[in-house]
Amino acid sequence: MDFATLIQILDSTVRLATPLLFACLAGLFSERAGIFDIGLEGKMLAAAFLSAAAAAVTGSVWLGVGAGIFASLMLSGIHGLASITFRGNQLISGVAINFLASGLTVLLGQTWFGLGGRTPPLTGDARFGPITLPFADALAPVPFIGPIYAELISGHSALVYLAIACVPASAWILYRTRFGLRLRAVGENPAAVDTAGVSVNGIRFAAVAICGVLCGLAGAYLALGLAAGFGKEMTAGRGYIALAALIFAKWRPWYALGATMLFGFLEAVGNRFPNIDLGLFVLPSQFMQALPYVLTVVILAGFIGKAVPPRAGGQPYVKER
Amino acid sequence: MSLMKHLTAATATIALTAGMAAAEPALIFDLGGKFDKSFNEAAYEGAQRWAKETGGTYKELEMQSEAQREQALRRLAESGANPVVMTGFAFGDVLAQVAPDFPDTKFAIIDMVVDQPNVKSVVFTEEQGSFLVGMMAAMASKTNTVGFIGGMDIPLIRKFACGYAQGVKAANPDATVIANMTGTTPAAWNDPVKGGELAKAQKSQGADVIYAAAGGTGLGVLQAAADEGILAVGVDSNQNHLQPGTVLTSMLKRVDNAVYAAFTEGTEMTAGVNVMDLAAGGVGYAMDDNNAALVSDEMKAAVEAASAAIIAGTTVVHDYMSDETCPALTF
Repeated sequence: MDFATLIQILDSTVRLATPLLFACLAGLFSERAGIFDIGLEGKMLAAAFLSAAAAAVTGSVWLGVGAGIFASLMLSGIHGLASITFRGNQLISGVAINFLASGLTVLLGQTWFGLGGRTPPLTGDARFGPITLPFADALAPVPFIGPIYAELISGHSALVYLAIACVPASAWILYRTRFGLRLRAVGENPAAVDTAGVSVNGIRFAAVAICGVLCGLAGAYLALGLAAGFGKEMTAGRGYIALAALIFAKWRPWYALGATMLFGFLEAVGNRFPNIDLGLFVLPSQFMQALPYVLTVVILAGFIGKAVPPRAGGQPYVKER
Repeated sequence: MSLMKHLTAATATIALTAGMAAAEPALIFDLGGKFDKSFNEAAYEGAQRWAKETGGTYKELEMQSEAQREQALRRLAESGANPVVMTGFAFGDVLAQVAPDFPDTKFAIIDMVVDQPNVKSVVFTEEQGSFLVGMMAAMASKTNTVGFIGGMDIPLIRKFACGYAQGVKAANPDATVIANMTGTTPAAWNDPVKGGELAKAQKSQGADVIYAAAGGTGLGVLQAAADEGILAVGVDSNQNHLQPGTVLTSMLKRVDNAVYAAFTEGTEMTAGVNVMDLAAGGVGYAMDDNNAALVSDEMKAAVEAASAAIIAGTTVVHDYMSDETCPALTF
């Protein structure tokens, strides 16, 4: 494998990891506050659909992003209402959201555009174009550093840089602010937070809303950045891979960056080399596709470190038992 | 118990159908969905053409999950629909079980052979159509490298890939064919994002013409090819108009003709295997205003000559599904 190939694979890694990173951070906020969210997939799908629909109608990519966040927030609201206010089972609410998004996107898409659930293909300003960072063209001929800067770091869409920026921001919010401390405490010991006079439900709703915004960005990036429009079920399980990445990252923001980049890298390698010839035997492409899940199971089984979920995760908070 | 249920259901069906003057035909779409701009949409167009010409109506059903297949087939057969046409290889096993329970209903299955006295199996020689577009791809390529992106990794899609690779090698023996499959689950038919990434990965390996046989995933391939400034080849329906100017051609698989024929024959349908090959107009390549500028006279002449040779039998395109091997491509 030569240097140019490596750069191309890493470039592809960044593109593939970005939606996973958004979704993984979304799940992180929600689960750190004690609300399990397997509805990431559904929220991404709804966001991808509404962002593509809004971008197709208005021709503006940023209005599309706004619409995507709105769609995702609506579903987050339903999840919050069911699992926080009415203390329902969080997993069942999440599954319901996935089903709702899967059906509603195609139904609305067919009603609005009559293209069988697809949105019209997006062109020009309705899509995210690549952003060329300053000096990228000037640095490109420089050996080694040039290609890294010009091809790997520069030339992605705005949401990619936003996703990367979300990692330190999340870490700062979670570990350096009062809100973050309360959010983590609500996921570990909500009774203690309640005793301190802080609203458990309020913090949890805030966490679920942040989750909605981040999922909206993930979906919008899929529809407006990577593809050019919405197609039915276009998230293709990325919400579940993000959940696996969240466990792999042990519910920590910087680890989430590492985990999603690793999963993106595995997919990029699988795309570039369908069958890897190791001399003695050939690794089929399915191996690379399965590896994220295998790694997650290995982590869960406790072979490499230990993944301990937030202690109050999955339990609705009842003030007085 | 189950047998009794089937028997009573069958009797009820016979009683019902006997009372009807003319039974409505039915069409079942596979998981890709009715409007996939490709395989299933071709079937839909055939049914619509029949409805428009005869003024008849038909029932239709779209699969949402693997588990629905048997239920869907039985419900349509029980409701008196006749003939019942289904698109997709995946119905094969289910139909083999269901067909004997409804001896008076005619079934037609596309892309699969089911050996039952009331089943018409329509299969296409995709390798021949793919061979022709493969020749065009090889002649249009400037880098001597062309790509293939399949949907779900199944023998049928490998048949496309194998025919394509043979066509490429026939036009240019030195050309390289890069083949990728999107996945191994039905989700592989609806993943335009991954399709686009695969196309970009193939471009980085030098491919400048990419043939996508991947349902909805193929739309992502066509989009990525347009973004990257390379050519793509569409599949099943004429997809030249989707990205005008960057779709070299489309491998046509006339599923619409098969559905139209099945509906027209109606209950008089003859059972058995019906091979829709190049000679019968079952497969081909698309030419229209959108790709006229991309196809040179030299390419046209070569493809027409190859087409005539295949019809005459002097050129034999190897069918991957006959022995699960491919002389021109390793998977």
